[in-house]
Amino acid sequence: MVKKHSRAKKTIETVLVYILLVVITLITIYPIVQIFGISLRPANELYSTSLRIIPENASFKAYREVLFEKDFFTWLRNSVIVALAVSIFGVTLASNAGYAFSRLRFRGRKTGMISILVTQMFPATMLLLPLYILMSKFHLVDTLFGIIIAYTATALPFCIWTMKGYYDTIPVDLEEAAMIDGTTRFGAFVKVTLPLSAPALVITALFSFMAGWSEFIVARVIINRQGLYTLPLGLESLSSTFQTEWANYAAGSVIVCIPVVVLFLLLSRFLISGLTLGGVKG
Amino acid sequence: MRTSKSLIWLFLLPSAVVLGLVVVYPFIYNLYISTTNMGLYTIRDYSVKGLSNYRDIFLEKDLWYYFGKTIVWTFVNLFFHMVLGISIAMLLNRQIKGRGVFRALLILPWAMPQYISALTWKGMFNYQYGSINLILTKVFHMPAIEWFSNETWAFIAPMLTNIWLGFPFIMVVTLGGLQSIPKDLYEAADIDGASPIRKFFDVTLPMLKPVLTPAIILGTIWTFNNINVIWLVTDRGLPADKTHILVTYVYKAAFTYYRYGYAAAFSVFIFLLLFVFVIFYIRKTKALGEVR
Repeated sequence: MVKKHSRAKKTIETVLVYILLVVITLITIYPIVQIFGISLRPANELYSTSLRIIPENASFKAYREVLFEKDFFTWLRNSVIVALAVSIFGVTLASNAGYAFSRLRFRGRKTGMISILVTQMFPATMLLLPLYILMSKFHLVDTLFGIIIAYTATALPFCIWTMKGYYDTIPVDLEEAAMIDGTTRFGAFVKVTLPLSAPALVITALFSFMAGWSEFIVARVIINRQGLYTLPLGLESLSSTFQTEWANYAAGSVIVCIPVVVLFLLLSRFLISGLTLGGVKG
Repeated sequence: MRTSKSLIWLFLLPSAVVLGLVVVYPFIYNLYISTTNMGLYTIRDYSVKGLSNYRDIFLEKDLWYYFGKTIVWTFVNLFFHMVLGISIAMLLNRQIKGRGVFRALLILPWAMPQYISALTWKGMFNYQYGSINLILTKVFHMPAIEWFSNETWAFIAPMLTNIWLGFPFIMVVTLGGLQSIPKDLYEAADIDGASPIRKFFDVTLPMLKPVLTPAIILGTIWTFNNINVIWLVTDRGLPADKTHILVTYVYKAAFTYYRYGYAAAFSVFIFLLLFVFVIFYIRKTKALGEVR
């Protein structure tokens, strides 16, 4: 009897959990669905008071316009170059620096970790103007390389902490064993620890990619030439010109979101296993 | 293990160079600018005028108003990020079918570029055509809200946006933490006859603390310094510059009014506030005690 009772209780509980999850998920994805809906609106229904997600006379006209009548492919090319370069730099630099902070013992190690955290506390306004002046001295204004460096620096602190935290969970013995077998320290790092850190490397790559793909404020300051616009700059130029471009802006946003959303969906497994913040033993 | 100096440099130097150039050098340069009268018309022939920019910060009549707003902004956002993030993670941590799908969908706000989300929410808060008012009036038969003509609503709007943006991060961190809690702790609690609520406060929460504390620190820093959301959702501080936190106010001073010297000093002031706050928090919670 008791068992039957508790089984019924369990079923009710599961149903409640499902209802809650469905409600929360619907609220969460509503704004995203909303952009998609706007992107399908025909020009005469841009300002509509209907709550329908898929508008009447839905059309892909906005997508056609954004893709073929604007400089969309130029923006896309620039953004792909920037985001990929930032990922490569981010992963390379953070995997090395994180390793030093996790495994090597040196003076100022702890101070170094804290300083990295402190760099996150600088308000953007504090760095923008000096950064612009510095970039113009090095002739990096209006170059993609300029924003690539800036984004790498933005992504690095979080990435270094993530890598450090993950290395901490990997036993040192494995490397020591490899070194007894005659491998160098660096060899042990590359051949033993690095492959075991795949989840954290994936996370680092993802964050660096996002830093390059989604950033707007720094790009706004450093890039003026239209031919060098990244997607965020291009999209902004759509949203600020004419009101009728609202559907185009929404369509552009959907296209911009698709790659990051797909990456996140594919990698959500790694997100949970790879995000060992700080120095926590997992 | 003994390590040679050159090896340490090999690992650290590249990152140190990039961070030095993009973060440390501008920081120092900013300190210098903060002592000058640099502005739009004096961008080339500015002069050093000492600490008067710092004095001007305290002459700003709305300083403490913006300061208060920043504290409320940070606290409310973080509170809801934690409550929502942890509770949703607890729901997702059950053995139920399709949890991978829920998890993936619930992470989406984090995946979206922030400026796109912020502008979308701004559209949703539109008085006449925004879907939030439409839902309020059509579905719930409530009066529409004038989001951006009222100080309080104009502050709640970006908060809702930012709560939506930020809970997935805490959710993901919590999910990772929940998976590393040994099952026998719960079994032991069951034997003691602990209620689910007791189990949460006596087992789950303490075991989550090591992962949550760094997340809270990062969350505090990111929220305190978040320009995007308020700037874009309230369209630069509507109504009449009443909806600013410190960073958006200084962003306006710098890039709308071109008061570079003053903005530089103000930025230093904001940084110091946050620095003191975070160091105090770290000391108090011994959060980085685990940094070995």
